[in-house]
Amino acid sequence: MGSTSPIVCWFEDCNKDSVELVGGKCSSLGELINAGIRVPPGFAVTTEGYLRFIAEDGITEQIFKILEGLDHEDLPALEAASAKIREAVENLPFSEDFEDDVAEFYRQLSTICCVPAVPVAVRSSATAEDLPDASFAGQQDTFLWVRGIDDVLLHVKKCFSSLFTARAIAYRIKMDFPHDQVAISVGIQKMANSHTAGVMFTINPANGDRASIVINSSFGFGETVVSGEVTPDEFLVNKISMELLNRVISKKELYYTVDFETQTPKLYDVPVERQSIQSIVDEEIIDLAEMGKRIEKHYGRPMDIEWAVDKDMPAEANIFILQARPETVWSSKKKEPVAATGSALDHILASVMEGKSLN
Amino acid sequence: MSKSFLNPHEIETIPGTEGWERMYPYQYQFVTDDPERKKYEEETFWFYDGLHYPEPLYPFDTIWDEAWYLALSQYNTRIFSLPPVYGVDHRMINGYVYISPVPVTDPKVVEARVPDFMERAGYYYQNWDELEAKWEEKMKGTIAELEALEIAPLPELEEKVVVDDALGESKGYHLLKSYDDLIDLGIRCWQYHFEFLNLGYAAYVTFMGHCQKLFPDIPPQRVTQMISGIDVIMYQPDEELKNLARKAIELSVVEGVKFSKSFDEVKAGLEKTEPGKEWLAALEKARYPWFYVSTGTGWYHHDRSWNDDLDVPLGSIVIYIEKIMAGETIDRPMAQVQQERDRITAEYRALIENEEDLGAFDELLQTAKTVFPYVENHLFYVEHWFHSVFWNKVREIGEIMKAHGFIKDVEDIWYLKRGEIKDALWDLVTAWATNVKPRGPAVWPKEIEERKGIMEKFRQWSPPPSIGPAPEVIQEPFTVVLWGVTNESLDNWAEIDAAADMDSISEFKGFAGSPGTVEGKARVCRTVADIGMLEEGEILVAPTTSPSWAPAFTKIQACVTDVGGVMCHAAIVCREYGVPAVVGTGHATRIVKTGQTVRVNGSTGEISIV
Repeated sequence: MGSTSPIVCWFEDCNKDSVELVGGKCSSLGELINAGIRVPPGFAVTTEGYLRFIAEDGITEQIFKILEGLDHEDLPALEAASAKIREAVENLPFSEDFEDDVAEFYRQLSTICCVPAVPVAVRSSATAEDLPDASFAGQQDTFLWVRGIDDVLLHVKKCFSSLFTARAIAYRIKMDFPHDQVAISVGIQKMANSHTAGVMFTINPANGDRASIVINSSFGFGETVVSGEVTPDEFLVNKISMELLNRVISKKELYYTVDFETQTPKLYDVPVERQSIQSIVDEEIIDLAEMGKRIEKHYGRPMDIEWAVDKDMPAEANIFILQARPETVWSSKKKEPVAATGSALDHILASVMEGKSLN
Repeated sequence: MSKSFLNPHEIETIPGTEGWERMYPYQYQFVTDDPERKKYEEETFWFYDGLHYPEPLYPFDTIWDEAWYLALSQYNTRIFSLPPVYGVDHRMINGYVYISPVPVTDPKVVEARVPDFMERAGYYYQNWDELEAKWEEKMKGTIAELEALEIAPLPELEEKVVVDDALGESKGYHLLKSYDDLIDLGIRCWQYHFEFLNLGYAAYVTFMGHCQKLFPDIPPQRVTQMISGIDVIMYQPDEELKNLARKAIELSVVEGVKFSKSFDEVKAGLEKTEPGKEWLAALEKARYPWFYVSTGTGWYHHDRSWNDDLDVPLGSIVIYIEKIMAGETIDRPMAQVQQERDRITAEYRALIENEEDLGAFDELLQTAKTVFPYVENHLFYVEHWFHSVFWNKVREIGEIMKAHGFIKDVEDIWYLKRGEIKDALWDLVTAWATNVKPRGPAVWPKEIEERKGIMEKFRQWSPPPSIGPAPEVIQEPFTVVLWGVTNESLDNWAEIDAAADMDSISEFKGFAGSPGTVEGKARVCRTVADIGMLEEGEILVAPTTSPSWAPAFTKIQACVTDVGGVMCHAAIVCREYGVPAVVGTGHATRIVKTGQTVRVNGSTGEISIV
């Protein structure tokens, strides 16, 4: 993926120092990739791309003129200004360079993903997430199952214009944050088209064992697992030896997959003969657990992770991490010592007294 | 939980074995003539000690069971004052030994036993290495006495020296005395056997328990792995074989060594050349004591040592020679084992979240490492070296009894209780002294024939895994470690027992002994003599294994045993070699047939016949 451009940038070329250029979301994706964690492939339209775009046709001046003297509490005025700016932004054509660069990266992405005109998620990636209210940067718009270069470009523009929602404008005025210092990046990322998906905890949520990884999986998209619509298969993996210690296979009656007519996920019945089959193969379980271990190491704490096994990608590149957040239940508990203080002999006495339970 | 357990008094005598009880000590019987004893026996949980006794006991071999009945129990009850538990009680049904740890039921008594325990056990833990060194001296001294014990035949006329030196004793008296000394040395050796063992197990169980509290999902073999990679003499016999293999190549006597499966033939050939003689000398040097390793567990007289049958080590040496010639390494992967041990320990350690737990972890790990060598090494001294010499001394007694017509064959001696042998020897020496016909030749051969028939019937009987109601908790450390008695394992065994047809079983479970999953062809080896048939990459299925099985472990890709817990020989060696093991399955050798494809999951303990 050689071609360099000031307008677009592959996720793997992003890192924690690229927040200015590609926003928080895209730079953290880059961080994960560089830590050996696979996420759906994609690229960012940079803030530089955004700035070049709105510099065209003197639209920047036009925007500032509209914003001049606005009161952050005057909602009707804010709404009117927002509508005007967003219309101007969305009607502004991209430059040929801009279109060519995005189109070239999208074409390459489709090749990587082995899907012609690969469906992607287009989402804004703000540059100033260190501000207390992330909504300042816009609506953090996310558009799913976007397909084809024309649609991709259209939604990039929608993300750009989301910088100028009434709420975002009001917030910046209130916080006295200069409008000309905000910029936005847009992430374009392959939609995980999973044949199986689920969640993973890098701690056993049932007993708090930190040396365990628990994986839940079911067919199709992970929504069934997250929402509790099915009882997923459950696997227990030892985080240190990476051995699969236990498996419970459940009956999984429903699954989501994309309906290409409407480009939206749709619920289907799992064929009866497949319902009680293990929804993820052993090798993938271990692969996933290894990624979980890396994610925990990256964040320095037990994590709660959403993952998917993609059906478009080749076998060695098909397991994706979609979302990772800190585990809260066990992590917030104060860890009481399991043994009273004492010498080895005290512990031995206590252990002999306790004995081995037969139940 | 409600389970219907067997009542020990309702187990029926096998037809044709009536009166079998006379073959064993009378206190081993389940009885109904004493109401108090009957009630105790019915209310107690007895489980079959299949680890030590995969087959019925010969009357003489009962000596070791009585020896440990005494030794283990005295240390718990009378010496170290283990607070919650006394000894382990023993019974016998149809030649099979059933045992039961005896809890201290009164909490006040438990409490009162604590101070003595802390002082006495504390003394041993604190001075472990020093006391263990003393132990080794005591043990070596005992073995030296045993080796020096002379068992002389009875002469027609005593040598003149008896008169010249005014000895005042006869060979008849010496025979009685030698027999008494022999038995005494055996019992003494077992006194030492348990001097450290239960304290060692208690330390080990404590470390295991601490790890399981910190990490509820931790597989037991991950805990034992943290104590692995410590050199113990259990591996030395095998190391000697490897050295002899290397030496054979070095001296270019490979063809001579491989000339025959019979050691006598090989020896005859090698003696003709200088390098051959040098190799034989090296072998001779390795034999004492290392070839006293038993081909079985050492618990039965028929577990012969390598010294008794040099064809066995010869076969293993040839296996190693072939491996070296094929360019394979035969070294135990010690460095890898230690590296992996250190990695696992460090990773678990890093997950411990408070200082108290971390401190206890470090202390208990250190204690477990301190006790580990004894827990392994005593086996070589007692069960292998001492027992191997001992059995042969008893055979010398047998020779004399045979010469006087008391038994038809030396190997018949095992059908007599040791007290009966003493009685017979009295009969023998008094008749010899008096020059009259002893009564024994008309008594014992007939009795022995009958006992042979009884034992044959015992062998065909399947001892139930347990009898009587299971308690909630078992506190006796020995019981906890070696049998890993859990309801789960009893359930597994009971399930298999319930299946009338062993051939119908395609899936069963045991203890996860060494992690990993493999699929391969099974080879059922009932004794170490069968390991010559093992082919590269097969899965070994055995009743149990011992150090003399070591060469097998370089060939196999997994091991399954009938008996044993996570600390048994097969589990330890498999972890060292990094091959999966499932141990304590109860019935693997009866379920699996050689040539079947089996899948062994050493992480979960599951076995399936594919």
